[in-house]
Amino acid sequence: MAAVALKEQLASLMDSMYQEGLLDEQFQQLQSLQDETNPCFVMEVVTLFCDDAERIFGELDKIMNQPVVEFQQVDAYIHQLKGSSSSVGAQNVKLACIQFRHSLEDNDREGCLRALNVVKREYLHLRSKLETMLQLEQRIQAYDKQKN
Amino acid sequence: MGYEMGGERRRWWVNRTAMVVIWVVVSMAIWAGLHLYIRRVSMRKAEEALVSMCEERARMIQDQFAVSVNHVHALAILISTFHYQKQPSAIDQETFAHYAARTAFERPLLNGVAYAQRVANSERDKFENEQGWIIKTMKRDPSPVQDEYAPVIFSQETVSYIEALDMMSGEEDRENILRARATGKAVLTNPFRLLKSNHLGVVLTFPVYRSGLPPDATVDDRVKATAGYLGGAFDVESLVDNLLRQLAGSQEIMVNVYDVTNISKPLIMYGPQQPDGYMSLSHVSMLDFGDPFRKHHMMCRYSQKPPIPLSAITTPSGVFVICMLAGYILYAAWNRYDNVKEDCRKMEELKVQAEAADVAKSQFLATVSHEIRTPMNGVLGMLDMLLDTDLNLTQKDYAQTAQVCGKALISLINEVLDRAKIEAGKLQIEAVPFDLRAVLDDVISLFSPKLREKKAIELAVFVSDKVPEVLTGDPGRFRQIITNLVGNSVKFTERGHIFVQVHLVEHSNMVTDTKSEAHLNGWSDEHEVKSCRTIFNTLSGVEAADNRNSWENFKHLLSDETSLPDASGNEMPGDKESDKVTLTVSVEDTGIGIPLQAQDRVFTPFMQADSSTSRNYGGTGIGLSISKCLVELMGGQINFISRPHVGSTFTFTVVLKRCKGRAIDEAKRALPEPLPISFRGMKSILIDERPVRGAVTKYHLQRLGVTVDIASTMKTAFNAIAGQNGCSRSHIKQPKIILVEKDSWTSGMDTCLGNQLTEWKHNGRLSEVPKVILLSTSESDKIKYSYVDTVIMKPLRASTIAACLQQVLRMGVPQRKQLPNGSAFLHNLLAGKNILVVDDNKVNLRVAAGALKKYGANVVCAESGKGALSLLQLPHKFDACFMDVQMPEMDGFEATRQIRLMESKANEEARHGGMTPQDTTEKVGWHLPVLAMTADVIQATYEECMKCGMDGYVSKPFDEQQLYQAVAKFLISKASPDSEK
Repeated sequence: MAAVALKEQLASLMDSMYQEGLLDEQFQQLQSLQDETNPCFVMEVVTLFCDDAERIFGELDKIMNQPVVEFQQVDAYIHQLKGSSSSVGAQNVKLACIQFRHSLEDNDREGCLRALNVVKREYLHLRSKLETMLQLEQRIQAYDKQKN
Repeated sequence: MGYEMGGERRRWWVNRTAMVVIWVVVSMAIWAGLHLYIRRVSMRKAEEALVSMCEERARMIQDQFAVSVNHVHALAILISTFHYQKQPSAIDQETFAHYAARTAFERPLLNGVAYAQRVANSERDKFENEQGWIIKTMKRDPSPVQDEYAPVIFSQETVSYIEALDMMSGEEDRENILRARATGKAVLTNPFRLLKSNHLGVVLTFPVYRSGLPPDATVDDRVKATAGYLGGAFDVESLVDNLLRQLAGSQEIMVNVYDVTNISKPLIMYGPQQPDGYMSLSHVSMLDFGDPFRKHHMMCRYSQKPPIPLSAITTPSGVFVICMLAGYILYAAWNRYDNVKEDCRKMEELKVQAEAADVAKSQFLATVSHEIRTPMNGVLGMLDMLLDTDLNLTQKDYAQTAQVCGKALISLINEVLDRAKIEAGKLQIEAVPFDLRAVLDDVISLFSPKLREKKAIELAVFVSDKVPEVLTGDPGRFRQIITNLVGNSVKFTERGHIFVQVHLVEHSNMVTDTKSEAHLNGWSDEHEVKSCRTIFNTLSGVEAADNRNSWENFKHLLSDETSLPDASGNEMPGDKESDKVTLTVSVEDTGIGIPLQAQDRVFTPFMQADSSTSRNYGGTGIGLSISKCLVELMGGQINFISRPHVGSTFTFTVVLKRCKGRAIDEAKRALPEPLPISFRGMKSILIDERPVRGAVTKYHLQRLGVTVDIASTMKTAFNAIAGQNGCSRSHIKQPKIILVEKDSWTSGMDTCLGNQLTEWKHNGRLSEVPKVILLSTSESDKIKYSYVDTVIMKPLRASTIAACLQQVLRMGVPQRKQLPNGSAFLHNLLAGKNILVVDDNKVNLRVAAGALKKYGANVVCAESGKGALSLLQLPHKFDACFMDVQMPEMDGFEATRQIRLMESKANEEARHGGMTPQDTTEKVGWHLPVLAMTADVIQATYEECMKCGMDGYVSKPFDEQQLYQAVAKFLISKASPDSEK
């Protein structure tokens, strides 16, 4: 019974995430790729994404703290982040990245910092939701295993 | 070779010399022949002349002779009449001599005449008594006794010396007398030396009878009746001399007269004893002196050999000279012909060399361009990487400059290569179905970033509804032309607009024809009027060079389209039978224009309008010439109208083919990004004060299926909405979207608009507040407007509008229709295949790998191009490779190039190094399908992919249908044998 409740909880969480625009249909595709042969695919990918994103944020912070900001480098990192976020289906992060890249054209340090913060905020928001989601999924899987 | 040539040459010389000699000999023979002929002809003429002269002389002599003989005959009759029939005789010696002397002129040939009486011996004494003298012989002795005598009784004074001489005593005379009295006719003696004159002469004797003899009298009767004899001596020599002297040309001719009574012994009567003169040519004429017993003839000849006529020398000589000249002309002509032939052969050789050189040049150009491109890509890649490293500002500036230069060089090389290909005729125009509108959208997207930098330029595309959706042609080349023209326009335009229009040529002609006349005539007036106004009825309100594109004309085109609604789409009733479609494409800009003096060399390669523009704007100027070549290859022509400082309008036509039936569907399926259909039937209002711009926006929205009402101001828009709602709310859909052009967005409008809409919403006049979308050229506008739901960035594209609408209307992306058994099919295709996925982004890598694994493929991952290469060392087990395009170190293009290089090497070795076991099963050799993965969907990248040897193209977040399409293309064909590898 708990599993049903958990599943409902997960479904509503997912719904809200889609509603908010945190995720898009690409994420659905990811989920569709997950099956018995590959039970932890979504989690794997999400973890990879998170690690990657955090590494990039670390690099970006380093760059931004330097006296002369290398905008090209920033752009490269953001491009990478945009790529991975679009692969995962993290829509808002992707959009924020796009926005970031546009603002980079002005080579404006302040604007850049602001945009970076937007990206970070979107990312953190997404991460917390994803973590919840992954926990729920793990519990569901655990229940399933018990049942079996 | 040289020896052979020499031999041939010598033979030729010998041949020629022989010909010359033969010709000269032949000419000489001709000369001789002609000469002889002429001589013979002249000889014959001389002979004829001789004959006629001879005959003439003979006749004259004969006539003269006959006259004399006749007269002697008359004398005989006189004597017979007056001497014998008169008693006593009426004639005595005196009378006779007198008469004879007075009639001597009648007998010019006779020295004199004498009459001898016949006296019988019995009558001798009586006779001697009567006469008073005795008869004497010729020797002046008294005559011995004879039977009869013939003493001369009458004589002319000239011959009085023979009086009393007995004529019978002379041998010749006696014979004559006897013959004369027997025949009764005149008889002649042999020629003999006459007495006294000692000239050769003959004596004529005539008998005189006593009484008239009957005509049938016998010889005896005659002898009995004979009374006497009349005789005269012809002095033949003087006679002939006289005669001949009277005739012309007597000197030339030698005449001999012979007595040929005894044929074996002719007696000469006249002429030299030993005939001299020119003996070989002579003529003999018979002479009849009235004595049948005697025969005479006359022989004539030239005293000298007749001279060889001058013409016998000159004519053949002339002919000879002509022959020589003709020979020389032939010889010279032959020589010249030989020389020309030799020159021609040399020229052929040179031509072959030149052609070979040309081919070599083209090949060289192609090779070199390619060879330059490869390292240039390396340089550019390295520069890219260099730019990613920590550089200070100066270093970065240098590196960026280098990169820009490198890119410019690459594009120049590509253009030169294109140009070379066109010149070599190697450029093939493809014929594949394509969507013209999508191509134009791509071109626009290519220029979007550049235009955003400039901010003040509006770029718009309009394709007439009559242009079929799918056409067959060469999309790449079509794009190249458009890109080129638009690129030029972007380069040279600082303000205003760039407007690309596509119409059917028949249609556009029809409309412009009606208008053009007025335009041309009123050109100058209109121009003045227009320059007074500040705003023009063009896309951006800035004046354009070719005012055929202004609203007045455009409106006609549009109205024509709407009036013939069934003509839109693929069905053109008039055009159905011809599957050719001629499009006219115009690219209008409001840039600096082309200076008048440079307008005629715009299409010459490497020719920019002038050097100063070149300095300001850069570029090589090869683009337009390539565009011209391409347009001509596609069966069209290109031209332009330009006014300095106003702008230029390039117009070109291309001939494309209509696409029929299944090909259309296939083409549509092949499109990378079909337009969403979820907006069909939606209604919107566009607020724009510029009709041309409005029409463009409407065109894009209509492609999405959105119906558009254009209102020029906010107020009319409100009226329209209110009006609609007022009358028939039930079946007219309410507009869901209000699009506002930024220029029409006045300050304070947002609040006004907001208030109005919310008010309506509360009233229930609108069931839903329409979304407000701002159309803007620059991004900075995004934040400024509070009531705007979203901003669509210009240039407009159907896909950008669609994306925006989706975002605003919160419509989920419509689930794409799955192909029947799509995933199952993919599973079939991919199951068991070894696939390499290359991406530097771990997340992407993982996702891609996961997607492929799901379809049963064995996936191997590589995180860089180099890693991929090391995995792909031949022989390898992979069936396909998905390659990210953008990667550090070695990007996807470069990696693919390396792969292809390895493969071609291996294939080459296999081909040369004999058959390996693998080759027996596999004839194609190594070719790993490489598919690019990229987030860019613009066609330029696609072309780049194809160029470096990739087989296909997948956009980045994997999509099942697209994956299916890409994979199906090359995996179906080799589905079975692949598993063995």
